Amino acid sequence: MDQEIKIEVDNLNLYYGSLQALKDVRIQVSRKAITALIGPSGCGKTTFLRTLNRLNDLIDGVQISGQVLLDGEDIYGNGMDVVRLRKRVGMVFQKPNPFPMSVYDNVAYGPRIHGTRKRSRLDEIVEKSLRDAALWDEVKDRLKGSAMGLSGGQQQRLCIARLLAVEPEVILMDEPSSALDPISTLHIEELIRELKERYTIVIVTHNMQQAARVSDSTAFFLNGQIIEYDATEVIFTRPRDQRTEDYITGRFG
Amino acid sequence: MSRFRRRKLVNYVMLGLAGVCTAIVLVPLVSLLALVISRGLAGLNLEFFTQLPKPVGEPGGGMANAIVGTLTMVTMACILGLPVGILAGTYLSEFGRGPLAGTVRFMSDVLTGVPSIVVGIFVNVVVVIRTGHFSAYAGALALAIIMIPLVTRTTEEMLRMVPNSLREASLALGATRARTVGSIVYRSASAGLITGSLLAVARVAGETAPLLFTALNNRFWHHTLSEPIASLPVYIYRYAISPYKDWQQQAWTAALVLVLMVLTTSVAARIAVSLRK
Repeated sequence: MDQEIKIEVDNLNLYYGSLQALKDVRIQVSRKAITALIGPSGCGKTTFLRTLNRLNDLIDGVQISGQVLLDGEDIYGNGMDVVRLRKRVGMVFQKPNPFPMSVYDNVAYGPRIHGTRKRSRLDEIVEKSLRDAALWDEVKDRLKGSAMGLSGGQQQRLCIARLLAVEPEVILMDEPSSALDPISTLHIEELIRELKERYTIVIVTHNMQQAARVSDSTAFFLNGQIIEYDATEVIFTRPRDQRTEDYITGRFG
Repeated sequence: MSRFRRRKLVNYVMLGLAGVCTAIVLVPLVSLLALVISRGLAGLNLEFFTQLPKPVGEPGGGMANAIVGTLTMVTMACILGLPVGILAGTYLSEFGRGPLAGTVRFMSDVLTGVPSIVVGIFVNVVVVIRTGHFSAYAGALALAIIMIPLVTRTTEEMLRMVPNSLREASLALGATRARTVGSIVYRSASAGLITGSLLAVARVAGETAPLLFTALNNRFWHHTLSEPIASLPVYIYRYAISPYKDWQQQAWTAALVLVLMVLTTSVAARIAVSLRK
């Protein structure tokens, strides 16, 4: 945990109306590492993830206090442009959500909205992103076909390719393989490990083995609080808190 | 009777009822179409589409001016009404929060319930009396006022059916909300938006009452949009209640042409949607 810090969260509280969903969350996310968030359903993992690209802003009645620093800059500060923030901090969702358009247009959507118009440049980006997402060989002959015709695992890798095409710095993943079969899950996990070379990744998962397999450090959430945050190895072998141990050994949750 | 047999029996009875009700729904539709076709076909010829109406007693003549008039006013109503309706519906579904959205939604529902003849009188007072003459644009305005609430509410419903996950996917890529609506939400809802708009077009294409106070009628060709203009529904109304046999025949034929026009538009739009996918 001595690597450089990419995201620093301090004293973060979030309320849905009068319900407090996050309590005094403090965490430091390392650059070019994989940070896993584990914990029982409804404990605030996804809510926390969505505070990192301000996707909670769209929900009525959400109130946030505290600080989230991205490269030292407060993302809830006045100078932060949400659209620019979300280009830097991208997200992969629980259920694959490709747009109802062709495979090519899905990947080209991001670059297009950010101003890339030239066809040859778009072709390059699309191919590179699909290759990086380990999907190119499977779809190179059907780029013009609808993305809805792909399998669930392919759709999720397409969503990752679509994200890579906008060249984010941070990738948030909300249970990216929970809707997929074991083989697709394996593909996604391999992919996540490869992406670590270039991106900072924060991943929410319900799958203990997945957290243990892919992540460098792990945070255990319970009732909106981080109970324990340490190197993954430490969390899974010698947790300090009894509740963490109970959870990872399957005694509750 | 065993519980299982009773459940099966209820199942069959309900299925049967649903079938009977479907048949009852189809009876008026099929018999209406059959009647319009059988009565209208007799007067359907090239002349009907190319010639002006003839005075009483003179055989022949057509309703070319009324066909063009209806097309003109419905097109103008679409140009006025569709963008307003679709954008208002977009506001309600995507951006509207709080009291303003609630008010717009409520007013829109009220406006949907206003009888079309009242809309005609309203436009008569506001436009016809002010300008001093009946006109095509007054007619088109009345039709647009009828269209707007219909389009607004169907647009809202259709856009609400687009899953939120698509909006979030687009926003998470750094798209603005406007871009997300324009590129993702509209595209996902396109079939529904077109169906909703067509229903509104079909509805106003047959409106008679509001046109009586606004566009009036015209036995001849109109030369500008600021003079009275003929339309199929008004001609159907006038000819159907006339005592002359050949006028009544013309009314049936006009009804058939009107039905065909609405049908062709909606079939064409559906083909266009399916080709784009």
